Amino acid sequence: MKEYLYKYILGIADNSLILGQRLGELCGHGPSLEIDIACTNISLDLFGQSRSYYQYAAKLKGNETTEDDVALLRTEREYVNLLLVEQPNRNFAHTMARQFLFDVYHILLLQELEKSHDLTLAAIAKKSIKEVSYHLRFSSDWVKRLGNGTDVSHDKMQNAIDALWTYTDELFHQTDADKAMIAEGVGVDVTKFKDSYEQKVAEILTEATLKVPENKWFQKGGKQGIHTEHLGYLLSDLQYMQRTYPNMEW
Amino acid sequence: MKKNWPLWEVFVRSKNGLEHRHFGSLHAADAEMALENARDVYTRRNEGVSIWVVESKDITASNPENNGEFFEPAQDKVYRHPTFYDLPDEVKHM
Repeated sequence: MKEYLYKYILGIADNSLILGQRLGELCGHGPSLEIDIACTNISLDLFGQSRSYYQYAAKLKGNETTEDDVALLRTEREYVNLLLVEQPNRNFAHTMARQFLFDVYHILLLQELEKSHDLTLAAIAKKSIKEVSYHLRFSSDWVKRLGNGTDVSHDKMQNAIDALWTYTDELFHQTDADKAMIAEGVGVDVTKFKDSYEQKVAEILTEATLKVPENKWFQKGGKQGIHTEHLGYLLSDLQYMQRTYPNMEW
Repeated sequence: MKKNWPLWEVFVRSKNGLEHRHFGSLHAADAEMALENARDVYTRRNEGVSIWVVESKDITASNPENNGEFFEPAQDKVYRHPTFYDLPDEVKHM
């Protein structure tokens, strides 16, 4: 059962870590100083959250495993983040669309995780909810702003939503670890809030004068460790220090 | 893009009971964005409990050229300061 709990924690933690790394790439490259700082802030929130999860996971693993080992020394196939969060920052509309599609999900997930029978997970969720509420406020503001902006900004946001939509079905897939943890009262049954997710996303997109895509085909695999080609590059950046200088500390 | 964004002045209240103080300025497209930007730029190290933003163009400022007539007449009127009283120690923040 411990093995399932460990995997379940990674399923949540990896999303925060990988998305945090993606946003962190923008540090010094944001469209304006203010937005640069905002994105980096969100990135740091996500790193902080992933750290709490990895500390817990490392404790479960035992054998003097550290949070760094869990976060930074796995191979690509051992990361179980959603495909959505590893997608690159193609332009600012893309970055905000990705953030928005994840934030809506993230807050719904944490609101359920807060009720988990696992007190550590419940506590991390409780602490993270306030941060993620702000992330959602920020990203949905930008979806509306660009959607309601000029023809160019509208098209860029619509293109971003269309391009990322194919990754949204995976948010509601369940692994064996997920199912085992739901049965224990520890994990969150994500299928329960799929309707709320779609409703909330549609509400913001409509307000942004954007169309809700009507895909029939969706990408999947991230939760099984089968990733898009982008994750490898991200990990080579993320893991560089620990791989080059093993066991280094700040 | 930034060329089109107006400048905003940011005022932050660092604790309940204290007044809002000028923290700096930033660029934003509108008041809502200015507020969010101010939150990220000026309060991310737990500096505040309340934020005001005012578009810089809405502030009427004194002209430094007029400093002579504006401020200098007050310089030799020490009796306008309450420095001739002994304050009890219990009175703080004076």
